[in-house]
Amino acid sequence: IAVPLCPGGRCWWRWAFLLCGWVLGSELTFELPDNAKQCFYEDIIIGTKCTLEFQVVTGGHYDVDCRLEDPDGTTLYKEMKKQYDSFTFTAGKNGTYKFCFSNEFSTFTHKTVYFDFQVGDDPPLFPNENRVTALTQMESACVSIHEALKSVIDYQTHFRLREAQGRSRAEDLNTRVAFWSIGEALILLVVSISQVVLLRSFFSDKKTTMTRVGS
Amino acid sequence: MVLSVPAAAVTLLVVWIYPSYALYFHIGETEKKCFIEEIPDETMVIGKYRTQLWDKQTGSFLPSTPGLGMHVEIKDPDTKIILSRQYGSDGRFTFTSHTPGEHQICLHSNSTKMALFAGGKLRVHLEIQVGEHTNNYPEIAAKDKLTELQLRVRQLLDQVEQIQKEQNYQRVSKEAIRGVVSSGCSGLRLTALLFVWQYREERFRMTSESTNQRVLWWSIAQTFILIVTGIWQMRHLKSFFEAKKLV
Repeated sequence: IAVPLCPGGRCWWRWAFLLCGWVLGSELTFELPDNAKQCFYEDIIIGTKCTLEFQVVTGGHYDVDCRLEDPDGTTLYKEMKKQYDSFTFTAGKNGTYKFCFSNEFSTFTHKTVYFDFQVGDDPPLFPNENRVTALTQMESACVSIHEALKSVIDYQTHFRLREAQGRSRAEDLNTRVAFWSIGEALILLVVSISQVVLLRSFFSDKKTTMTRVGS
Repeated sequence: MVLSVPAAAVTLLVVWIYPSYALYFHIGETEKKCFIEEIPDETMVIGKYRTQLWDKQTGSFLPSTPGLGMHVEIKDPDTKIILSRQYGSDGRFTFTSHTPGEHQICLHSNSTKMALFAGGKLRVHLEIQVGEHTNNYPEIAAKDKLTELQLRVRQLLDQVEQIQKEQNYQRVSKEAIRGVVSSGCSGLRLTALLFVWQYREERFRMTSESTNQRVLWWSIAQTFILIVTGIWQMRHLKSFFEAKKLV
């Protein structure tokens, strides 16, 4: 019996590894230049619960466009100029899911975007363990502590990102205030000098008139 | 292209064992993609990638292409290069941070087969594991001969250690963390504490925003006042001098 390796361009064996039951989640922070769009793809099997979370860390107004599409191109999630969001969905089809971050509305600000795409459950601690016996009390306590600590680490990540964002805003503000102060000092100097010059010009005009009348 | 059943079974076995780097993206020929990892010190980071080249003949991505390479460059928070190496089409790089902060991992292709690149598409599968995610627990269990319970506790200890390191990096009181963890009621109390920090952070952010607004409005008002004062000064002085018959 012969089995086609890639019938009609679709490789069946790509899905084989997903049948293991565990697929790892991906968490990345990347740079998105101005007028750029960055897309990520992931192969998901039907029925898997997935979560996409993103947050803009630095850049401009700290917002980005995000779009999530299923293998047929149907938009599952679309938000424009969002600072932070979280979206959970269950995969309705087998295939390649695509999510894109767009900074095309911005003309000169680079953005740093963090995203966390969780697919399915975490891999079990023992890949070959048999689930015949139920967990003991100690083991189930350990499992619940593990879950709680995972959520703590998750909160910690968000806290860290917010702190980075706050720091970035403060630095932006500092720069802008510094430039403004310099600008204002210059304006002040220019205005005061021109005032003096103008006053002097009033007096010099009057002198010429008086001299002409005198002679 | 066809396969016999035994070959198909072998392929299935191979892909089962073959690690699946699930997430992928496309990269152009001279494009450089950078990823940032903000990590505390003494944290291990493992990065794994796999590249696939677009084949115009079959109209799909080839499973693997020899001769395709990726240049990996890693910079520490002081923008000093700590790793700059060329890897093959499948690569695995690892480093341990010595200073806490933002580390930058940059990838760009250094392909020798420029002609094949005419299609312009290179698919890169990437996976970056940080800190306690780098631990391979089945391996640790085999090496130290731990029972299931011991392994679970070991995992919890690693997680708590990572949390502690992150908190130190964020400059929060070490004593507070140690006291809470040793009191025995782990997850709930830590979450509660984190909510407190989140609230503090929220307050700080609102203060910053209001400062921002205040500075903006004050600057505009100040400029306006300055211009108005200048104009008024000029007009008053001019009329004064005209009245005194000096102009």
